[in-house]
Amino acid sequence: MKQKMNQCSEWLLERFPLSDLWNEHMAHYYAPKNFNIWYFFGSLALLVLVNQFITGILLTMNYKPDAKLAFDSVEYIMRDVNWGWLVRYMHSTGASAFFIVVYLHMFRGLIYGSFKQPRELIWIFGMLIFVCLMAEAFMGYLLPWGQMSYWGAQVIISLFSAIPVIGDELSLWVRGDYVVSDATLNRFFAFHVIAVPLVLLILVFLHIVALHEVGSNNPDGIEIKQSKDPWGHPVDGIPFHPYYTVKDIVGVGVFMFFFATVIFYMPELGGYFLEHANFIPADPLKTPEHIAPVWYFTPFYAILRAVPDKFAGVIAMGGAIVVLFMLPWLDRSPVKSIRYRGGMFKKALALFVIAFVGLGYLGTQPATPGATTVARVLTAVYFGFFLLMPLYTRWEKTKPVPNRLTTQPSLEDRIPALLALVDEVVEVHQVPDNIGGTITKKRPNWSGISAVLIRFAKNLKKSLD
Amino acid sequence: MKKILYTLLFLLPFNVLASSGVKLDSADIDLNDTMAMERGAKYYVTYCLGCHSAKHIRYKRIAIDLKLDEAEVLKVVAPFGAGIYDQMHSAMNAHDAEKWFGTTPPDLSLIARSRGADWLYTYLRSFYTEPGKSPLGVNNVVFPDVGMPNVFWQLQGSQSAIKQKIDGQDVITGLKLDQPGQMTPQEFDKMVNDLVNFLVYVGEPVQLERQQMGKYVLFFILMFIALAYLLKKEYWKDVH
Repeated sequence: MKQKMNQCSEWLLERFPLSDLWNEHMAHYYAPKNFNIWYFFGSLALLVLVNQFITGILLTMNYKPDAKLAFDSVEYIMRDVNWGWLVRYMHSTGASAFFIVVYLHMFRGLIYGSFKQPRELIWIFGMLIFVCLMAEAFMGYLLPWGQMSYWGAQVIISLFSAIPVIGDELSLWVRGDYVVSDATLNRFFAFHVIAVPLVLLILVFLHIVALHEVGSNNPDGIEIKQSKDPWGHPVDGIPFHPYYTVKDIVGVGVFMFFFATVIFYMPELGGYFLEHANFIPADPLKTPEHIAPVWYFTPFYAILRAVPDKFAGVIAMGGAIVVLFMLPWLDRSPVKSIRYRGGMFKKALALFVIAFVGLGYLGTQPATPGATTVARVLTAVYFGFFLLMPLYTRWEKTKPVPNRLTTQPSLEDRIPALLALVDEVVEVHQVPDNIGGTITKKRPNWSGISAVLIRFAKNLKKSLD
Repeated sequence: MKKILYTLLFLLPFNVLASSGVKLDSADIDLNDTMAMERGAKYYVTYCLGCHSAKHIRYKRIAIDLKLDEAEVLKVVAPFGAGIYDQMHSAMNAHDAEKWFGTTPPDLSLIARSRGADWLYTYLRSFYTEPGKSPLGVNNVVFPDVGMPNVFWQLQGSQSAIKQKIDGQDVITGLKLDQPGQMTPQEFDKMVNDLVNFLVYVGEPVQLERQQMGKYVLFFILMFIALAYLLKKEYWKDVH
């Protein structure tokens, strides 16, 4: 039996480089050993991609891409198909989870300089994945054929008509009709189910191939290939398998915990993951009072609305994404990781985060004059972060970068300090109770809290220098 | 077209501030109370189903979820002639509806998910008489210029609006009961609450089941995390 098995595997290996592939990308792929919590999101993005594929395939088995049937078929899946509700919620929550994970993954790249030389191409592929993902999410959102699906698509497709000369013809061509209609639904279904996922899969493949060619960056932003042991392995690296496979499985568990919490207890997430108005069937004659895209598009939607002219707004919205592609060439700092960068970059990054989250919030809100003014300021900050980058990164005073990886306390190591912090902010009283024992009462310790806050503020200030 | 969408994009959100702002009363929703939902189902069939279908729910499903006998559901809940596998269809056809009300009354299967329980609870109790306003003679505080009559007028009695001039505009500050109905206000509120409870259930019949399932799933995942963590520790103990 054993001999037969060996013969079989030999037969296969003579014809297909299975063990070479496994070794190159898993067992002999050396990754820096100091990956922290930020490095979970790449593998999680892959997990969500698989989730979207599997649940998506199951959904297409009962979904009807027809303007007359689409809305009802989704409710049919929710009620009459066995476990249909679970599959649908996994897919709808997965869409939002995808963006959460991908935004965090991109932010990791930003703080540790993973986009910088020699990893520019990985960043470019990643950005293409992000653009594809936005197209995929936008077209998928039309499929339930609810009011928000319909009017969201109506508004976004009409943006094409802002382009001079060819605009109207172009938006007509995209819709296949004068308004969003059955024709639009059918082509969006085709793109959502076949075309874009195919491109997405190829790009993910390229993203990983490019990554494994140059090797992973790390929180210290140094190249581990520069110090190798006598056998040619990086001294600061460890094989991806088994070390990071077992580590990523822990990340998968924690992610699944949050994912399942949303699916089983709050699938609408207060109207952010599934908008309330999308439970009303699409009605081309009734415009909803307030059209807002799903949360992951709101930063870009806020930029669009912040610009007074429609065409300029479209340009600004597109520019907000195009500028991300140019990041590797905008950053002029010789240092990759935020740990060794100067205060200028850290402050700029803090402002950028505030602007991005702020725009995201404003995009969900009605555009009052006050909100629009704030959105304009935040839009300026957003673009300022990127366009002024060649200047402020050149001037910033960087810190010396070590030759080898540094070790930082892990999450487990930080638990004692965290417990000490809890003791500091809580005041414990022993109060006698009426049966002769004592009751322990806990109160907030205000002086402790203020000491902690002051320390925190000082640390924050220091870390921004 | 371009102009319309342009205004849509920038101006429409203003309307939200104009139309909202009515304080909603909170409904007391308990999806474990099958008795309340059964009463709600009966009220729905009696007072709503004449015009509003709830086509995404079947009588069979109601029987299963409310732990009722199928024959019982057909006898006390479903209208005469309905079968157990039937969806809750309205007897009124779209053509008549268009002629009588100017529009087809919406299907209410998902109304609790789009409007919310509190909105429904407040809306159904906020009709007031306003002679000459429309052929119906009524209006609604949370849904101005409503196209639906107050179907509960016999039970609730008739209310009128207390208006006050604020900044030169008439603002409704409250409602007063002019003519008592067959029910006391407390009985009526309870009845509306039962009805809303039923509608919340109809909006997503699986919601109770998924919440009960959730705790086992989360417990399983916690166990998985613990094992995965120990495995990781074991592999990583030699990495320095």
